Amino acid sequence: MMIWTVAAPAISAAFLSSLVEAVEALTIVLAVGTVRGWRPAGLGALVGLVLLALIVLALGPLLDRVPLHLLQLAIGVLLLLFGIRWLRKAILRAAGVIPLHDETIAYAAETAQLREQQRRYKARLDWLAALASFKAVVLEGLEVVFIVIAVGAGRGLIIPASIGAIAACVLVAGVGFAVHQPLARVPENALKFTVGVMLSAFGVFWIGEGIGVPWPGEDMAIIAFAALFLLVALVAVALARRRGTEALR
Amino acid sequence: MSALMSLLRQLAGLFVDDGWLAFAILCIIALAVVLALLTPRLSLAAGAVLLFGCLGVLLVNVIRAAQHERGL
Repeated sequence: MMIWTVAAPAISAAFLSSLVEAVEALTIVLAVGTVRGWRPAGLGALVGLVLLALIVLALGPLLDRVPLHLLQLAIGVLLLLFGIRWLRKAILRAAGVIPLHDETIAYAAETAQLREQQRRYKARLDWLAALASFKAVVLEGLEVVFIVIAVGAGRGLIIPASIGAIAACVLVAGVGFAVHQPLARVPENALKFTVGVMLSAFGVFWIGEGIGVPWPGEDMAIIAFAALFLLVALVAVALARRRGTEALR
Repeated sequence: MSALMSLLRQLAGLFVDDGWLAFAILCIIALAVVLALLTPRLSLAAGAVLLFGCLGVLLVNVIRAAQHERGL
């Protein structure tokens, strides 16, 4: 039976993180489609999606063979490194230490690069354009696959987490292709902040489960960890702003 | 070949952005694992080390990064 205290954070973590990754992939696929046409853009994206599906199909049966405690520990370590990396970046962006990620700028940079390639390598351009689209889908998609496996594998929640991820990808693809513009209005840093908090909380929880820590409240501990990570992250934003201002003086 | 290397570098970059932060987190995890193995009765203490260690490392790293970025 699905335990909602674990399933709800797992599904929302998969949905929100996939939303961020899908927006980033869409920006590049749109740039390729606009500069070089939709054939290489679509082909690259499709081959990328097929490769991702093959990776999931290959990894799924392998995960069943790994002892649960080892799996929880390994996934916990990767999840914690991944989540804290996102959270650190989101804190520094929220504090104004590093600039916010802007899809409009990313789109302009990708378009300029493709136009330059068009000028220099006219004959090979379809391949290069398809490759750019493929690379974007695979790299961003691998993050989605990792998050789905990481938040879902320890408690048999791969399918609910996958549904969350697929829903986000379909939503972004639908909106993106309807408006034919990068989705610059998506509050990417707020999403990354939230996902960083959730993934870090999951990471600590799984590592603890892997080494036999009897967490008080069992699965409910994830929510408490997320609240603690959120609190520390908000304090970190305030301190980073203040320390940054002091350093400027 | 260079495309493959770039892909591998980007894959590693999924988990490691700031080397110091990743190293510190791995040290905290190792400490928690050792504590849990040596004192199974006090494994909750290992959990506390893990949780508060990670929170502390994150806080220190962000403050250092802010000072470093703005101090340049």
